Amino acid sequence: MMCDDARLLLHAYLDNELDAAQSVTIARHMQNCADCAASYADCTRLREGIVRASLYRRAPDALRKQWSADKASAPQARRRPAALAIAAGFAAALIVTTPLWLYVTHRANDANSWAAEAISSHIRSMQPQHLMDVVSTDQHTVKPWFAGKLDFSPRVEDLANEGFPLVGGRLDALDGHSVAALIYKRHLHVINLYQWPISSADAKQQATQWNGYTAIQWTAGDMHFVAVSDVSENELQQFVQTFRNDAATP
Amino acid sequence: MPSDVRHPRSAYGNASFEACVVPYLDAAYNLARWLARDDADAQDVVQESMLRAFRYFHSFHGGDARVWLLAIVRNTFYSLRAKTAADAAHETFDEEAHALVDEQSSPEARALLSVDIEALQAALENLPHPLRETIVLRELEECSYKEIAAITGQKIGTVMSRLARARERLKAELSRYPTEARRHDVR
Repeated sequence: MMCDDARLLLHAYLDNELDAAQSVTIARHMQNCADCAASYADCTRLREGIVRASLYRRAPDALRKQWSADKASAPQARRRPAALAIAAGFAAALIVTTPLWLYVTHRANDANSWAAEAISSHIRSMQPQHLMDVVSTDQHTVKPWFAGKLDFSPRVEDLANEGFPLVGGRLDALDGHSVAALIYKRHLHVINLYQWPISSADAKQQATQWNGYTAIQWTAGDMHFVAVSDVSENELQQFVQTFRNDAATP
Repeated sequence: MPSDVRHPRSAYGNASFEACVVPYLDAAYNLARWLARDDADAQDVVQESMLRAFRYFHSFHGGDARVWLLAIVRNTFYSLRAKTAADAAHETFDEEAHALVDEQSSPEARALLSVDIEALQAALENLPHPLRETIVLRELEECSYKEIAAITGQKIGTVMSRLARARERLKAELSRYPTEARRHDVR
């Protein structure tokens, strides 16, 4: 073996990544080559130094708290009934038909992802400089702003009289669609309202909560809506009701 | 109106995000911290990475969640850096320019390679990003070559040669400091 090859392979040898035959070749080469043996010794010492210096950087507590403590514990208690329900559903499915069961589980997955995606999009929008592309409390400014940016015209309602002033709009993406996001305020809270056109028929209004955030989705007149906020669920329901009423009476 | 807790589930069985991904928060931070070399930036990178991981968890099809998450951290770091910095432009990594040099380390330098923490940290931070991420994944995260290749999107051969170059650079840096120090002592 040439030193050129050995110079590279001794690292793989050190990392225990060589097969038996190659290991033997390297070990033999190092017995006969002082340079490579010395280089190997250096690498070993370097590794020991790195281990001893404890250079591993652990996540700060704030970050850890944010991602593990509350998220792991809070929903835990409420997950069990869901597991029971799945088990019951599974048993029922065996009795009934497999295609139906597949359909149901598929639907359940859909339900999981829409809320998770909407809520993480909402959280992201709250980070600095993400919230608004167009800042206006006038629905006749916000609505035309979307023209040419989307292939549909979103429904824009100013609900200031009902306590939900419109403050702006933004382009966003959810579930692989370009969507219009309207931003409303409720006191100091922000409500994101996403909407995009879909072809399927009206769906039932559905609410989901996660970690203090509430998401409500519904479909009306070929448009799918998702409202997300950290206001209480009642207030968000009220917002949705107000929006739906206003949209129904032009 | 019934409201129930919806949690993202991976396409792979019923494993939850908390059980699969959150345990590797330290690993994510360690990589982000060594790439960004700054606490606040590292936290931003990890925060954004976790959000991405959370958002795309349904597309995680089993396998090693640590490798999956670390690949996201790495991509997030480079995409955030490309957005902000002009310095991304001038650090195009040239494999040839960093070719493995055949240095003859003097016996003296060899003896002095008993590394102290500060010098080691500085030397590690001075490595170019591609070498730094490889050595950090290998020595601190103890990833196999195969895992490093999966995280960085490189061939296993490239991983091996980058590790070799990273170690040679570190050795060269580390044997420089103490030699100078000793010269002062003599005079």
